[in-house]
Amino acid sequence: MKLTLRVWRQQNAETPGAMATYEVDGISQDMSFLEMLDTLNEELILAGDEPVAFDHDCREGICGACSLVINGDAHGPERTTTCQLHMRSFADGDTIDIEPWRASAFPVVKDLVVDRSSFDRIIQSGGYISAPTGTAPDAHATPVPKPDAELAFENAECIGCGACVAACPNGSAMLFTAAKVNHLNVLPQGAPERETRVLDMVAQMDEEGFGGCTLTGECATACPKGIPLPSIAAMNKEWLRATRKVRR
Amino acid sequence: MTRTLWDSTVGKKTIMAVSGLIMLGYLVAHMVGNLKIFFGPGEFDGYAHWLRTMGEPILHYEWALWIVRVGLVAAVVLHGISAYQLSRRDIRARPAKYVHKRPRASYATRTMRWGGIILVLFIIWHILDLTTGTVHTSFEAGHPYQNVIDTFSTWYGNVIYIVAVLAMGLHVQHGFWSAAQTLGVGNATRDRVLKTLANVLAAVLTLGFISVPVAVMTGVVS
Ligand code: HEM
Ligand code: SF4
Ligand code: FES
Repeated sequence: MKLTLRVWRQQNAETPGAMATYEVDGISQDMSFLEMLDTLNEELILAGDEPVAFDHDCREGICGACSLVINGDAHGPERTTTCQLHMRSFADGDTIDIEPWRASAFPVVKDLVVDRSSFDRIIQSGGYISAPTGTAPDAHATPVPKPDAELAFENAECIGCGACVAACPNGSAMLFTAAKVNHLNVLPQGAPERETRVLDMVAQMDEEGFGGCTLTGECATACPKGIPLPSIAAMNKEWLRATRKVRR
Repeated sequence: MTRTLWDSTVGKKTIMAVSGLIMLGYLVAHMVGNLKIFFGPGEFDGYAHWLRTMGEPILHYEWALWIVRVGLVAAVVLHGISAYQLSRRDIRARPAKYVHKRPRASYATRTMRWGGIILVLFIIWHILDLTTGTVHTSFEAGHPYQNVIDTFSTWYGNVIYIVAVLAMGLHVQHGFWSAAQTLGVGNATRDRVLKTLANVLAAVLTLGFISVPVAVMTGVVS
């Protein structure tokens, strides 16, 4: 396949960036999107140019490091991570636009790499449980009703990639925060911090400068892990319950 | 708790949802009341008079009406301020646009802000037209039937009203469902029911409100 790539290039957070156009040839349909970018980078390095910076780690769809907006879609046209997107989703001769996640809470570090430590701070503010240290308890020591376990698993699938923020016209982190809150709040292990968790994580989310939710649903459409939109309603319910209950 | 509500995006959204639902409840009553115009001036003007005597003898003349008015103004103000503040925040959270554009979300969802602005302007015009009569050409207090006929006998009266009602319909379609999510009522199994309810509510309100100018234009009501 022969492709025209229009890629966001930006030296660092201080200098303004712009789209740059590149041609790549000899791309196989079986390559992943990131392997296609590796091919481009090899050519750039051989030509003495600076390679395009982009985030990646596991390349198997589980770590949440990869992050590209491809033709306006976070993680591209398929509902998966960019590393699991393959070139067979494109046609020979296509022009592909590649941009970084856009949100003021995700500042661009370089080219396609953005700083997602705002997500880490949301997790730090409440995405944990208090457990006694020592030997691990037996897995079946605390019974969990099946529907609760399923709800927790569904929300625990979130890999913290940030596609939801990138897709949201308000740069809102509600889907991510909801996934993290619900995951722990439905489980008995999460019960001691149930109220403070949701209040603190939502407060931190606001503090980081993410936008509010207008229920456009773009986040759930983009999410590679299928975190459903009703997760947000579930977190709102937790938040309203906590504002009534919490003793501070 | 009030501070928690006002300082949080989730809390402010809750205020919008509750104030929106209060306005929505009012709109349903208002729409049903308007349909009395199909039963002649006696019935319509009598209904308008009852609005002033409602609550008597516990309440004095017009007290109940004023309580409703104060409540509605509070709802509009809280809803509007929250919408403004949240919108500013949302725009700041996404300063850079994508170079590769594509339409996002449904039409009703994308037009909430402009729709809201149309609604505020309409509410002001509507009060000046049919409550105070300030912008009305031949206003007569106590004769709402005739005042309505006069308004809908002008082309601009019809245009302003119909545009506003369509904007209201779209706003309610996304707003009702949205409020259910904000208040935590939505979940995967209830979603279809809530969406259908939002569509039905929006359609019934739109048709009910629009039937009045259409009836005047076609001479069914004169
Ligand atoms: C004063 C004029 C108004 C303005 C400026 C306004 C603006 C807005 C905005 C910007 C939103 C948020 C949109 C979003 O989340 O995507 C909204 C939501 C809403 N509006 Fe309005 N609106 C107005 C009047 C009304 C009226 C007359 C009603 C009554 C039917 C209404 C009912 C609602 C409801 C129920 C919501 C959903 C709240 C939520 O998402 O939880 N609004 N409005
Ligand atoms: S909710 Fe989905 S899109 Fe958002 S961070 Fe988690 S996995 Fe990524
Ligand atoms: S590189 Fe780990 S999810 Fe894509």
